[in-house]
Amino acid sequence: MPAACLLTGSYGSTLRYKSVERMKPIGKHSLLGASGEISDFQEILKYLDELILYDNMWDDGNSLGPKEVHNYLTRVMYNRRNKFNPLWNSLVLGGVKKGEKYLGTVSMIGVNFEDNHVATGFGNHLARPILRQEWHENLSFEDGVKILEKCMRVLLYRDRSAVNKLQIAKITEEGVTISQPYSLKTYWEFSAFENPTQGAVGSW
Amino acid sequence: MDLDMNVNAPHSMGTTIIGVTYNGGVVLGADSRTSTGMYVANRASDKITQLTDNVYVCRSGSAADSQIVSDYVRYFLHQHTIQLGQPATVKVAANLIRLLSYNNKNMLQTGLIVGGWDKYEGGKIYGIPLGGTLVEQPFAIGGSGSSYLYGFFDQAWKEGMTKEEAEQLVVKAVSLAIARDGASGGVVRTVIINSDGVTRNFYPGDKLQLWHDELEPQNSLLDILNAPSPEPMNI
Repeated sequence: MPAACLLTGSYGSTLRYKSVERMKPIGKHSLLGASGEISDFQEILKYLDELILYDNMWDDGNSLGPKEVHNYLTRVMYNRRNKFNPLWNSLVLGGVKKGEKYLGTVSMIGVNFEDNHVATGFGNHLARPILRQEWHENLSFEDGVKILEKCMRVLLYRDRSAVNKLQIAKITEEGVTISQPYSLKTYWEFSAFENPTQGAVGSW
Repeated sequence: MDLDMNVNAPHSMGTTIIGVTYNGGVVLGADSRTSTGMYVANRASDKITQLTDNVYVCRSGSAADSQIVSDYVRYFLHQHTIQLGQPATVKVAANLIRLLSYNNKNMLQTGLIVGGWDKYEGGKIYGIPLGGTLVEQPFAIGGSGSSYLYGFFDQAWKEGMTKEEAEQLVVKAVSLAIARDGASGGVVRTVIINSDGVTRNFYPGDKLQLWHDELEPQNSLLDILNAPSPEPMNI
């Protein structure tokens, strides 16, 4: 199961940090991706470190799977929302345990659900429609990457806070691998782009 | 929070606009991003608008306000040219923009840079920021992306550049602003105006120089993963 995220850390409308890794492996079976406030994401990673540590300390051969981690995150996010002090993130949690795939999301107010494809922020408006058309059961990794790159490219064109640098993570029974950061080619050479106001001077 | 897209927000041009004089004329430059809230409504807009054959204006701020102001000024300048019997001067064009910007300052939200060439004064650039101030400058920068260029121009601007140097400076500057301003992006458009006439140029986003922390664009991750391993070193 592939997941993708852009390496951007904005400060208002300034594209301040262009190498922020917003996806991290959790335990043996899961991957967490976040959008929103980076400091809150880092805090969540600390909570999860502790969770995984205590899980390992049981030394009982069992380990927390993605469903359990997702549930924990849901509780954390919802409880903070109830105290009017939310962690300002939208989270995506994916993983594979004992052959079973899992993909879920939690918002900053605790809204949580699982689906075959999830997204945060603008991805919900721009990427999910593409995924609804193109996703199907038994996608290969290569096809999954191609579809994700198609979505990311649209986001690069149409999301103001996007930066052309992304990572794709692959989660399988064997574990989690996150690719090195890379950039996507974009297309600007439509003839209509070269002289858009030729027929209507003064328009945009 | 992030699900709130605000598609009905007024179209704003965030923007980076630049006007630079050189030895013989002016070079105007701009990015091409028009946004509605956080959505990019048009990724290839044309923000450098013609007022007359020899005078153009770079528009920033509210898309609607800048368009209506330039439409009015184009109309006035057309009549002025007929009455005068010869091409309007850059100074007159700039002053007309100023009149509209100043007298409607409470309602308008647009910063403009007027640039052109006339036979009396040669190449001239006039900046007309928000309140309707008119200021003649050897070079002007405007729009949200300009914040990132003040230091750059302080260091890189020189009097008496050639046409090529001036255009390279403008393209480099817009490209740097695009790298850091979320409200600027897309392609770089330039318009060069001198005694010979007007030249429009187009620099697509993927052909611009790469800056700090930017990577060479690839077709796909799959190309990177399938790339052959590097040759072993020979000592």
